[in-house]
Amino acid sequence: MDRTDAELIAAVKNGDAASFEPLVQKYQGRVFATARRYARRESEVEDIVQEVFIKAFQKLDGFRGEAPFEHWLMRLAVRTCYDFLRGHQRNRETVFTELTGPENDWLDRFAVAPDHASEEAEAARQLVDKVLERLSPPARLVITLLEIEERPVKEIARITGWSVTLVKVRAFRARAEMRRILARIAKDKYL
Amino acid sequence: MNLNELHAKLIAAARKNPPGGHVPYAFEKRIMSHLAARPAPNLWALWGGPLWRAALSCVAITVLCGLWSFAAHRAADDAGSFSQDFDAAVFAPLNEHLEEAW
Repeated sequence: MDRTDAELIAAVKNGDAASFEPLVQKYQGRVFATARRYARRESEVEDIVQEVFIKAFQKLDGFRGEAPFEHWLMRLAVRTCYDFLRGHQRNRETVFTELTGPENDWLDRFAVAPDHASEEAEAARQLVDKVLERLSPPARLVITLLEIEERPVKEIARITGWSVTLVKVRAFRARAEMRRILARIAKDKYL
Repeated sequence: MNLNELHAKLIAAARKNPPGGHVPYAFEKRIMSHLAARPAPNLWALWGGPLWRAALSCVAITVLCGLWSFAAHRAADDAGSFSQDFDAAVFAPLNEHLEEAW
């Protein structure tokens, strides 16, 4: 019979490190999906996920079981991703590459008839990845959590450790930052 | 170009294409081998650093208390001699009268 999270965590806390493996197996998919929102290269994603689980193992004594383990782990994952973004902040400007042919075509279609530029197109996904890569770490985090994952402000405050007011201020600045990047792309393309 | 609409469109594109949660083969084994390979924490090293810091803080507090106590004593001594001088000055005429009367 499968043991519950609480039983596994209690066993790990009592020194049975092997009981951590089922927890890794159960949640690694979610942690990978979260890490892929912030890192593009698969080697970086794996490094982030590995760090998340090592931190989780080390900090497990601090987990009091008041909230589900999954919430605690995902908070740790998002904070680790944020640390990763801050650590790679200097690469932000250099990683931006010129728009590819399909991305240019998608933008052209959008400029002529916005309704005909499908958001399901691969080019749109690549373009949004490029725009997100140019955002500052707090802006990228808040746009991802608030607009893409559509999480409530209070939940974002809990995940990030920021106050509700700070989340709102950073969301406002993040939207402005994103708009500036889009304006620059449009200017480079059409002027 | 309507930037607000472009913003909304790109966010919608990101929502419709969430990243996958696929995991490399035997990734959990890799994590467990990392955890097993980590050296066991050395309790002396773990306690040594904080204890040294605590000891240094205690020494600093003791020195500060000593200095403060020394300065307070000196101030008290100074205050005592001033009060005696003040007494002598105030009662000088009276003392003179008393001495003459005796």
